Amino acid sequence: MKSLKDLEEIRKKTLDTINMRKDQSGTRVVVGMATCGIAAGARPVLLAIMDEVEKNELADVVVAQTGCIGMCRLEPIVEVYRPGEEKVTYVKMNPSKAKRIINEHVMQGKVVQDYTVGAEEK
Amino acid sequence: MKELSLHILDIVQNSIVAEASLITINIVENLTTDKLIIEVTDNGCGMEKELTEKIKDPFVTGRKTRKVGLGIPLLYKACTRCDGNMEIQSEVGKGTKVTCWFKYSHIDRAPLGNMTDTILTIVSGNPQVDIVYVHIRDDKEICLDTREIRRALGKVPINEPAVLSWIREFLREGFNSLYGGANI
Repeated sequence: MKSLKDLEEIRKKTLDTINMRKDQSGTRVVVGMATCGIAAGARPVLLAIMDEVEKNELADVVVAQTGCIGMCRLEPIVEVYRPGEEKVTYVKMNPSKAKRIINEHVMQGKVVQDYTVGAEEK
Repeated sequence: MKELSLHILDIVQNSIVAEASLITINIVENLTTDKLIIEVTDNGCGMEKELTEKIKDPFVTGRKTRKVGLGIPLLYKACTRCDGNMEIQSEVGKGTKVTCWFKYSHIDRAPLGNMTDTILTIVSGNPQVDIVYVHIRDDKEICLDTREIRRALGKVPINEPAVLSWIREFLREGFNSLYGGANI
């Protein structure tokens, strides 16, 4: 059974890594989480992104949520902000596309052109 | 929406926009009376009486970016098409309480769905907000209170991956006891 004692263990183990994380200003990955996004499937996309970030131990990546971005028909939408680069907006996301974005764009710096709003609106 | 848990995730965003610091989610599955009740209570900024009465209309919204808001109207429709209803109580400066109920066995009632993912999504995106989640099914009950978790964690943020994994496991065990191990 899970108990609050497990959390004390987590506290002891993670305090050091948190201090490390504070120093870095890394990539931000933002998922639209308004009515339109949720209805289109943003929840599994967000959880897949969090999973992938954790699995690859990307300590300097922040996963955040935002409201309606204003292109409801293209939801779920994910925005990637890498320091010093222009924002990239990905549309019509699903968990496997989202994983690819973490692996290729966030980790290797290669924008996944096929999924961008620019490719969709062509 | 396909799951009631998605509606819950959606209307909790209203509480967050209302700058609530504590959000309570109560779910009661009463198989004897054939009722499912979902109640979301927050201590956010609240609404004027006039707005509370009109909020089920999709063309009434608090936001300034556009003129429609669909969160509450969609949930309201989901209730009324299942012989249920929705009630909103709100007081400016005190908070808002949204109560929804459904006929449990109604053919059009969406499944509750994945409440674990809904709670994880809320906690990970809003570490500053406390969540109390109480889920009752007949005589069984589970409760998750992030205030207790926070006390145990000290300075460690509640949205640390290890903590979210703990919450996931805690809820999995809880749902196992609620549903007697059956898959839902």
